[in-house]
Amino acid sequence: MTEPILTVDGLHTFIGTDSGVVRAVDGVSFTLQRGEILGLVGESGSGKSVTCRTLMGLMPSPPAWWAGDVRYAGLPGRNLLDARERELQRLRGAHLSMIFQDPMSALNPVMRVGDQIEEAVAAHERLGPRERRRRALELFDRVGIPAASRRMRSYPHEFSGGMRQRVLIAVAIASRPKVLFADEPTTALDVIIQDQILSLLLELQRDSGMSMVLVSHDLGVIAEMCDRIAVMYAGEIAELADTATLLTKPRHPYTISLLRSLPETEQRTRFLPSIVGTPPQLIDVEPGCRFAPRCPLAERECHEWTTELLTAEGGAHLVRCRRHDDARRSETWPVQSFA
Amino acid sequence: MTAAPSAILLDLVERRARRRGGRAGRHITLIAGIAILGIVAAASLAAPLITHYNPDTLDPLRPLAPPFSSGHILGTDEFGRDIFARILYGGRIDLLIAFGATGVTLVAGTAIGLVSGYFGGWVDAVLMRIVDLFFAFPFFVLVIAIVAMLGPSIFNMFVAIWLTSWISYARITRGHTIILKGREYVLAAKALGYRHHRVMLRHILPNVVSFVLIFAMVDAVGNVLLGAALGFLGLGAKPPSPEWGAMISDGQNYILSSWWLSTLPGLAIVVVGVGFSLLGDGLADLLRVGD
Repeated sequence: MTEPILTVDGLHTFIGTDSGVVRAVDGVSFTLQRGEILGLVGESGSGKSVTCRTLMGLMPSPPAWWAGDVRYAGLPGRNLLDARERELQRLRGAHLSMIFQDPMSALNPVMRVGDQIEEAVAAHERLGPRERRRRALELFDRVGIPAASRRMRSYPHEFSGGMRQRVLIAVAIASRPKVLFADEPTTALDVIIQDQILSLLLELQRDSGMSMVLVSHDLGVIAEMCDRIAVMYAGEIAELADTATLLTKPRHPYTISLLRSLPETEQRTRFLPSIVGTPPQLIDVEPGCRFAPRCPLAERECHEWTTELLTAEGGAHLVRCRRHDDARRSETWPVQSFA
Repeated sequence: MTAAPSAILLDLVERRARRRGGRAGRHITLIAGIAILGIVAAASLAAPLITHYNPDTLDPLRPLAPPFSSGHILGTDEFGRDIFARILYGGRIDLLIAFGATGVTLVAGTAIGLVSGYFGGWVDAVLMRIVDLFFAFPFFVLVIAIVAMLGPSIFNMFVAIWLTSWISYARITRGHTIILKGREYVLAAKALGYRHHRVMLRHILPNVVSFVLIFAMVDAVGNVLLGAALGFLGLGAKPPSPEWGAMISDGQNYILSSWWLSTLPGLAIVVVGVGFSLLGDGLADLLRVGD
């Protein structure tokens, strides 16, 4: 296996609020290989976005504090989290870049989109105005915006959501980043546009060979795009495996329940199974497995277990469940959980 | 043959758009504001061309001539000075106060607020405590105290206004900057590796500047009135300078017998005030971009 481009080890991000400290990200570890697409999937508030923003150095401090060991290939021998603002400015855009969720609010409303792209193009290189413009037009073309030279003069509010997301993608890849964090890039879009944008991202990723961390709460999107998937729950990674394994042989009861709650196309059922209860508050976290209160397989020991990621099946499959061997077999699940 | 519904609709929308496209309709307040201020400014700058009277020339033979008396369209004051000429020349001083005093505080206050809101932390804490300190004093008392300390003159009045009224701009800018700092497009700008000054000047400032400019127009009116008030109190322009506030002050002894001495410069202040208000309203409409 080659050297990963990004190694995250024990990332914690805590956010101070009036009602207590929120453990938004609580010991997240993963590696990202060169040219790989890693999916982060989980419910709202499971820490997916905060993970990305912490790695980009975009969390405001205060109220957020973070710790952990993050190795990025472009900053050899150093912890990315220790990088100074100056170094981060150099890395952002050219090495690490990010696409935001809401294309309606992630573009500057009072700047022409062409200027925003040209600005991104010139952020890390000295370029003359003509070269800048040429590259901007090329990018526009690359992300599939027709009549580029005319649309460059438009303001963001004159664009549709899908078009804006294309602009955002163009801006994000303008300096040819090595790692792209895509934070729910299609959540605000309808399914047709969603599909187009995902195809575009996949195409760009294949052409440039960049690595990508794709964040979504949509398991379908993740399954379609990613090489490996990390399922997040309550600020932790619950399960991490390559896509095929995770979808066909899940071991964490949360993943299993999630997959079971997807509608089936062949079989018409009256009710979709759902996971009972709500995710825990991340303030004053109880010891033990965080999924235990909602888990059909939970035993007394689960509530006391100091959780850790266990390896299953040869090391590539990580799962945070002490009963993962039992969870895999459906006969251990209580009958009512198949309602 | 009747036109297809789509053709009718197309025609209708085109015509409406053309009518709205006539900018005069949409920007009537802005244009009116600019026109009023433009006329006042032009008239006071071109005062020697409009009137042959010198604002300071005394005419002991014709004191307190009422408006529309021969040779003096707006009458004369107690020393026989032509009021029309004095209002025209006084406009130079009062418009200078409006633009000069306001312009400096606008730029300085906005810059301070931007830095304070953007960086936060101790920078923000220190700057905002200074702002609080200024706010804790009654504004007029502070201005009067500073002028009294430096000695009454128009320049010292400027200094007093510069020292005291940047705080409002700093507060407005800081507030909006803090809100904008959390917006995704500002985060996105940071995520692209833009430098601080670029994020501040290109991505935050243009979104804040409309609020500040609109406030500046109100503030400009306030500064004209402040200048007049200080002139009235004898702390601003000194006699025989034809500053409008000073003219009102000088006329107060004659207010019952010769109303025009105070009323006409007062009207001039009203006109300038209305001009700035219209300009502010018009700018607010104009700068409300997109969504």
